Amino acid sequence: MKPLKDTRQEASLFRRRALAGFAIILACLIGLGTRFAYLEISRHDEFALRSDSNRIVTRPLAPGRGLIYDRNGVLLADNVAAFRLEVTPEQVKNMDKMLSALRDVVPLSDDDIARFNALRRGKHSYQGVPLRLKLSEEEIARFAVNRWAFPGVDVVPYLTRQYPLGQEFAHVVGYVGRIDENDLTRLDKGDYAGTTHVGKTGIERFYEDKLHGEPGYEKIEVNVDHRPIGEPLGRVAPKPGANVYLTIDAHLQEAAEAAFEGRAGAALVVDPRNGEVLAMVSVPSFDPNPFVNGIANADYQLLLNDPDKPLLNRALRGAYTPGSTMKPFMALGGLELGLRKPEDTVLSVGEFHIPGQSRGYRDDKRGGHGRVDMVQAIAQSVNTYFYSLAYDMGINRLSTFMAKLGFGKPTGIDLVGESAGVLPSEEWKRGRFNQPFYPGETVIAGIGQGYWVVTPLQLVQAVSIIADQGVSHPLHLLRSVQSAIDSKPEAIAPPAAKPNILKNPASWQVVQKGMIEVVNTGTAHGLNDKFPYQIAGKTGTAERFSRTTEEWTSISDSPIERHQVLFEAFAPADDARIAIAVALEAGRSGAHDAAPIARKILDAWLPGDQEREAARANDTASVAEAPPAAGRR
Amino acid sequence: MLEELIGQLRYRVVSALRKPRSDVPLLCGLLALMGVGLVTLYSASDFDRGMVVAQAMRFALGLFLMLMIARVPPLTLRNWTPWLYAGSVLLLVAVAVLGEGRGAHRWLDLGVVRFQPSELLKLTMPMMVAWYLNGRPLPPGWITLACVGVLIVIPVGLIAEQPDLGTALLIAASGVFGVFLSGLAWWRIGLLLGAFAAAIPVGWHFLHDYQRNRVLTLLDPEADPLGNGWHIIQSQIAVGSGGLWGKGYHHGTQSRLEFLPEHTTDFIFSVFAEEWGLVGVLLLLALYAFIIARCLWIAANAKDTYARLLSGSISMALFVYVVVNGGMITGLLPVVGVPLPLVSYGGTSAVSLLAGFGVLMSIHAHRKFVLA
Repeated sequence: MKPLKDTRQEASLFRRRALAGFAIILACLIGLGTRFAYLEISRHDEFALRSDSNRIVTRPLAPGRGLIYDRNGVLLADNVAAFRLEVTPEQVKNMDKMLSALRDVVPLSDDDIARFNALRRGKHSYQGVPLRLKLSEEEIARFAVNRWAFPGVDVVPYLTRQYPLGQEFAHVVGYVGRIDENDLTRLDKGDYAGTTHVGKTGIERFYEDKLHGEPGYEKIEVNVDHRPIGEPLGRVAPKPGANVYLTIDAHLQEAAEAAFEGRAGAALVVDPRNGEVLAMVSVPSFDPNPFVNGIANADYQLLLNDPDKPLLNRALRGAYTPGSTMKPFMALGGLELGLRKPEDTVLSVGEFHIPGQSRGYRDDKRGGHGRVDMVQAIAQSVNTYFYSLAYDMGINRLSTFMAKLGFGKPTGIDLVGESAGVLPSEEWKRGRFNQPFYPGETVIAGIGQGYWVVTPLQLVQAVSIIADQGVSHPLHLLRSVQSAIDSKPEAIAPPAAKPNILKNPASWQVVQKGMIEVVNTGTAHGLNDKFPYQIAGKTGTAERFSRTTEEWTSISDSPIERHQVLFEAFAPADDARIAIAVALEAGRSGAHDAAPIARKILDAWLPGDQEREAARANDTASVAEAPPAAGRR
Repeated sequence: MLEELIGQLRYRVVSALRKPRSDVPLLCGLLALMGVGLVTLYSASDFDRGMVVAQAMRFALGLFLMLMIARVPPLTLRNWTPWLYAGSVLLLVAVAVLGEGRGAHRWLDLGVVRFQPSELLKLTMPMMVAWYLNGRPLPPGWITLACVGVLIVIPVGLIAEQPDLGTALLIAASGVFGVFLSGLAWWRIGLLLGAFAAAIPVGWHFLHDYQRNRVLTLLDPEADPLGNGWHIIQSQIAVGSGGLWGKGYHHGTQSRLEFLPEHTTDFIFSVFAEEWGLVGVLLLLALYAFIIARCLWIAANAKDTYARLLSGSISMALFVYVVVNGGMITGLLPVVGVPLPLVSYGGTSAVSLLAGFGVLMSIHAHRKFVLA
């Protein structure tokens, strides 16, 4: 049975329910309002910050890189305007099709495409991605005609590093290259945000912190796709990097390089009074410019596999057997240690024997030089004299004295990657071969043979110590720094000189006399002809290969390639202003091949000498106000 | 015959516009709400006049429909109810078989217009529940309850299957409110709520993966800030950064710079909160409270049980819209596609809402003929 409906009671029941319902609704709405209040009041600061960090992006502005000059203001590294092809991916409908069509207009290598695709991955699709750098004028013109067919592809100007003197300075100035993952681990992310290139080798690498500058930034409002909207909200301009002036004299560098006539080797020219490197040459060299924007792999392989190793910085890392160039240093050691007096003589009969041993150590002259004193021994490069001296000195004293001249460790020049060479010593041999040092090895160490390995830098350092009568001025390449366009270049105080290594000034004079006789009457006689100053020098000729090896036999027909040849010199002999070391990888003898290069360098140095001296007097006057640079003896 | 029909239709339209049967306070509230909606839309769409005009056209269509429905006596509505309900459920079945739409089958293409049959249920569901309860002794017992349950579950199940959980939830709510308002004993309500809570783990099992994700995201939006959590996080940033007074009209960076997704539709409330701040939000909530209160007042004065239950559940369903949308944009509820009534951009929801208000106005207009 169906119960009766009570409409009146239903109506009042409904009213009560409606009221209850409204109460619930009101409670919910109040709850919702409370939630809004919580977000908009209690957590307002937090969300306001997050809203700003959503929309405001700080975009770094890369600083302009400092320029590099030689000592006279010749530009060695420049920033030049160039044009690149940039693609905005979101405006390109079919990327592959577009790229293959574009290849018919502008040459694109597979490397370019691969790099483009790699760069594209890290960017938003509305951001331009460089496709080809350094377009030629012809390429720009060709593209301009066809541009209608390539929406989203633009020619964009940018600044790129250029080395106007190219290969001549590749080993000194080095080059910059794109920042890679290796660089990222050592660079400060903030300083390099927005920067694409970093110094990879040479001065570019060593003085990166000076050249780089400080980045600026601008604040821009972006939307959810990071697309900038409207004008920047704020801007801090970047501070460009400092311009750097080197000690190198570009003119001298050019002459030194030319003097090699393409033969592999290295030369260093130094001012012995302060350690300034005036020229640093490594032949053959390479053009650093292609490295800036990424050298094509094929070209790189070509350089890498070249038997003459153009990428090797021979001045810094070349490994040479110094040979007779060590003899003046040995003589100095003999005098300093009291083992020899200048007038002591040795009889050279063509062969030296260690007492009690049958093996002979040969002179280079059959039958020997007869009875020679120290000066003659240096001048004629008499091996027997130095065999006997080394034998008397012993390896310990020999290596201790040679270490004072800087052998066996890097010179500490302001470049990266210098090698230490090998200074023969008991300690070294034990560490390397776990063997004692045999007397026979000591004897040949006396003429710069055996385990000896020196870099041209070490050699020029030792020569300059001799040239400055025992004072060592650390070698360096940085002369002055110009931190702002409108300020004057500020001289960098040269590194402090080290204390004189000589106890007795008289011993220096003997060695100097010997080295003067080398060029006057000795092995390199005639070198001083028609030169206004007295030159002091020493030749060195070391066998490239052991006489028993195949290499020796194979080149024995062409004696010109049989030896590593060296020459060291300083001038004027009394008050040296220049010290030189020349190393050639293949030649007949030091006198025949290396000494003439040194003479050509000296000839090139001569015209500028007076000028440099005047400038130097000026410098000294201005430096006098600055904290005193390390003085000479 | 046709001419006669057209003539009659014209008479009705003209009289509906000349002597509108409407409740003035409710109409004012709705017009204010629509005004807020259009103004907010203009900013949220970044001054897109086309969108605003399109939305205004829909409002006009909805208002016209509202006035037309307001002239239909509740008694007529009551008599049509079972047929309307059956028709709309059939359309739902049709959608399940032939429907189209991106990812979810919600739309039915009638050649001229595409519409979502689920929108019809927003009206026919409370009508059917009211119609059924009107014929039963109240407060309802378990049998009545079970029958109502079947009436609710069939269409709701079909809609949830589309899948459109948000709409299914709203429609289910409108049915449930009918039962609540009919005076279901509190102890029964308590029992049902308990059973519902116990069924939650079972329901979890039936959810789609994306729906589960939305719930999980709600619990920890920062776990996937660029994926699932993006909506909730960006919406909360928009609301929270608005502060007390807001960033100012069209100065809401979250929407203008497009960090906020769907900022003209489901998340338009975030835009409003960002630009008008807490003060604006509270005023808007007060406006909704006023409209709901007015609707309930109309319901309370209706002439019979059918009209009361129908108008009551329509008004309470409106509240569900507001709370679910508000809860969603403030990170209290999962992201479900529930628009903010008469503010979110979109035609179907606005038209069906205004049709619902038409029913309320009809009930209001016809109250005096019966009550003694």
